[in-house]
Amino acid sequence: MRELLWIFVSALLINNFVLAYFLGLCPFLGVSQRLETAFRLGLATVFVMLITALCAWFLNTYILIYAPYLRLISFIVVIASTVQFIEMVIKKLSPALFKALGIFLPLITTNCAILGLAIFSTNKGYGLVEGLIYALGAGLGFTLALVLMAGLRQESELAPVPRLIRGTAMNLIIAGILSMAFMGFAGLFSAS
Amino acid sequence: MPKSKQDAYQEFIKGLWRDNPVFVQVLGMCPMLAVTNSAENALAMGGATFFVLVASSFFVASLQRWIPKQVRISTYIIIIATFVTVTDFTLEALVPRLHKELGAFIPLIVANCMILGRQEAFASRNSVRLAVVDALGMASGFLFALLALGSVREILGEGRLLGMDLFSPDFEPWVIMILPPGGFLTLGLLLLFFNWLRERKERLVERLDAWEAQGQ
Repeated sequence: MRELLWIFVSALLINNFVLAYFLGLCPFLGVSQRLETAFRLGLATVFVMLITALCAWFLNTYILIYAPYLRLISFIVVIASTVQFIEMVIKKLSPALFKALGIFLPLITTNCAILGLAIFSTNKGYGLVEGLIYALGAGLGFTLALVLMAGLRQESELAPVPRLIRGTAMNLIIAGILSMAFMGFAGLFSAS
Repeated sequence: MPKSKQDAYQEFIKGLWRDNPVFVQVLGMCPMLAVTNSAENALAMGGATFFVLVASSFFVASLQRWIPKQVRISTYIIIIATFVTVTDFTLEALVPRLHKELGAFIPLIVANCMILGRQEAFASRNSVRLAVVDALGMASGFLFALLALGSVREILGEGRLLGMDLFSPDFEPWVIMILPPGGFLTLGLLLLFFNWLRERKERLVERLDAWEAQGQ
């Protein structure tokens, strides 16, 4: 139990996917203008990450032991097609849910955070439960970073900033400061 | 210069400087910031990306007639993933130490949107020769950007460049530069610098135009 909690908190805060591993920067910088959009994108990412963890576990246990060189290709193909399939199912069953999350699904499928999750949990040798917890932590961590960033960007829109620094340069510097703040979590578990 | 040669030269310079994938288009950041904590890692990552981009551009450009339009993106991804797998295993065999340091970020080259972007925007609709030249330019631009980031971070964060000491022992390294926040801050400041360069050039051109108009 303690082990699982450690995996969760580590993925959520200490090794945050965006702020410590630089994964998923494209949506982090691209879709963080509005707080609400950022939140929904985050939830869609949590969802895709859970599917990814399932797919990665299945591939690792049943297929890749026979053909390890197919790892990368099979991860991409299987994850992308599973997400596509689930997208179609959601569209059929619940149009409301599709409207809330659907448009983001294709956007995040080929995201490096998703592929990174599959590769990291394989490298760490996680089983099914550990993999799912890891995915949950990583996805919520991504959402947290995205929502924080969106809030900061909404505030900074009205601030008197020189024109030259506006845009990606300023967002990266804000992200740097956020990342510095998150480094404070590094000591969270070493004391106990 | 003959026209075709000039075209090729233009394509090359475009990737290296004018449309630099990192500093101007801000693409392919995911597998980049994490591994640029030293110039050596940046070189390895840049080299790996270089190979993958050039090889897949060559393949996509030569196969463009046979790739069906509806599944072209998936085809590109599979071609790219094949070359990334090749690179991953090659690095593991030849330089295991470096491979260990770059860790999971070599496979993540697949998710570099810059590579897929070049296939879709250029290689799939140009001749093999032009596609390779374009890929060479873009890949050199990417390598240059990685090297710039990696060098700045290594010099400030460790006081060294490619393992050689640069300062006297009194130099206190800025440890934050080799940690994750340093990556964000360095790239942000470099982007700011390039914005400033571009702005300055535009202003100069404007002033020149005004001056010429006055002369007439």
